[in-house]
Amino acid sequence: MWSLINIELYKIFRRPRTYIAFGAIAALIVVIQLGLKIDGDAYAGFLMKDINDTLTVDGKVLNGYLICYILLQLLLVHVPLLVALIAADMISGEANLGTLRLLFSTPYSRTHWVIAKFIAASIYTILLLIWLAFLALFVSMWIFGTDDLFLMKSNYVVLIEQSDVLWRYVGAFVFASFSLLTVTSLGFLMSSLSNNSIGPIVGTMSAIVFFTILSTLNIPLFNLVKPYLFTTHMNNWKEFFDIKVNIDNEAIRGSILNIPKIKTSLIVLSLHIVLFVSASILILKKKDILS
Amino acid sequence: MPTMKKYNLLLIACSLFLLMSSPKANAQTDPLIEKVAQKLALVNDYVAEGVMKTNVSFIKASLGKVKVYFKKPNLLKVKKEGGISLLPRGGVSLTINTLLNTKQYTTIAAGTQELNGKNLTVIKLIPTDDNLDWVISTLWIDPAEALVYKTATTTKENGSYEILMQYGEYAKYGLASKIIFSFNTKDYKLPNGITLEFGDENPTAKQKALKNKKGTIEITYNNYLINKGVPNSIF
Repeated sequence: MWSLINIELYKIFRRPRTYIAFGAIAALIVVIQLGLKIDGDAYAGFLMKDINDTLTVDGKVLNGYLICYILLQLLLVHVPLLVALIAADMISGEANLGTLRLLFSTPYSRTHWVIAKFIAASIYTILLLIWLAFLALFVSMWIFGTDDLFLMKSNYVVLIEQSDVLWRYVGAFVFASFSLLTVTSLGFLMSSLSNNSIGPIVGTMSAIVFFTILSTLNIPLFNLVKPYLFTTHMNNWKEFFDIKVNIDNEAIRGSILNIPKIKTSLIVLSLHIVLFVSASILILKKKDILS
Repeated sequence: MPTMKKYNLLLIACSLFLLMSSPKANAQTDPLIEKVAQKLALVNDYVAEGVMKTNVSFIKASLGKVKVYFKKPNLLKVKKEGGISLLPRGGVSLTINTLLNTKQYTTIAAGTQELNGKNLTVIKLIPTDDNLDWVISTLWIDPAEALVYKTATTTKENGSYEILMQYGEYAKYGLASKIIFSFNTKDYKLPNGITLEFGDENPTAKQKALKNKKGTIEITYNNYLINKGVPNSIF
């Protein structure tokens, strides 16, 4: 199996298309970091307008931790589209080139090949996430320094001590890996249904956009299906940054407000991964390869 | 008769002078305020270490260690050790020391009131300098100890504040062991488009629960370093 994964990884990283995602993430992060470095105080002032009416905030609000949070909010919505570029091409690309028949005629079973391809696509996804984490978190920490994390949510503010922040990012990135692997598996499923690359890539992107819109709209009819949509759960990495308070309204260090929500989301995302990959295996096992 | 007239004129002049000057003279020499001021005058500067608790309905913050720096007449700075601190806008500097050390006020006695089992004298301070930030301040003072247990101050630009004080081993300097700042908070709301928090299950209920609350900042002091010198650069 390892040799199959190596072959698939070689194929992925030999294509220039693979590096588009790494380049796009780097470019976006650098541009945002540069903008916030030059004009971050004005941005922070705008965000904190309501707070400043009542309170004086003293300290380095615009620090590396907050920058990383801002970047993740912006990028974790779009990175799935970059993941789709590779994942949705894994099988359909080979079918288009006519090499899928060749692969499936080797002594390895179709299931072996499909699992190897999925693992290779997952490694690409995880590497993309590590790249994102390195640039968004560690480079931001290096450029902007660290301090407490002052998060301005829609209805309230969360102030997390700096010594209580890093493990939350580890948790958030692990959670984000489940989100992105769901997209990888969806792309993979789309890829198994087609014989050309464009269809599955566009199909995966369209599905993400469509379900994201359903997840964000507060319409009673959609609220019925929301809990079952993977896009509803993909953004729940933010739950790592909401803390419990005791009866005196003191934040409890090291706590997470809604652990059951995180667990539910992880279960739903994992089920989607298993479902999509299993469906891909079943489809390809029965597929009559004519290309 | 002319001598009588002169005496009468002198009497009237003296009476007028006394009438015009008596309220001010009374206020400035209010014995209780003077007693409190004398106690506070023992402190030229201090550095106090304490623990700060922020209790504002829309803020989730943990307890934080703070250092409070004070220097006569009215320099005061609260600094959180290695972190972000949230303080009531303009209000934290309006402590007893900063109010009374300016000496730019007139006083009006406002009777007595019971607070936490103590019978306290209520005195209102009105600033005589138009440039001061505050408009009026009410002090609840224990006449026996010459300690201020509560103040309510209205400022020109930053609303009204109430400060409750508890005293411990530094009571002889008029320095509190615990202070509680109370202030009115305004509504806090950021559009979802800015916070990117879409799909909140019940945002209106959450917002309703957070409205119309009073905020408090509590500082419990562990120890004071009094009259050891504080550089101006800290403020």
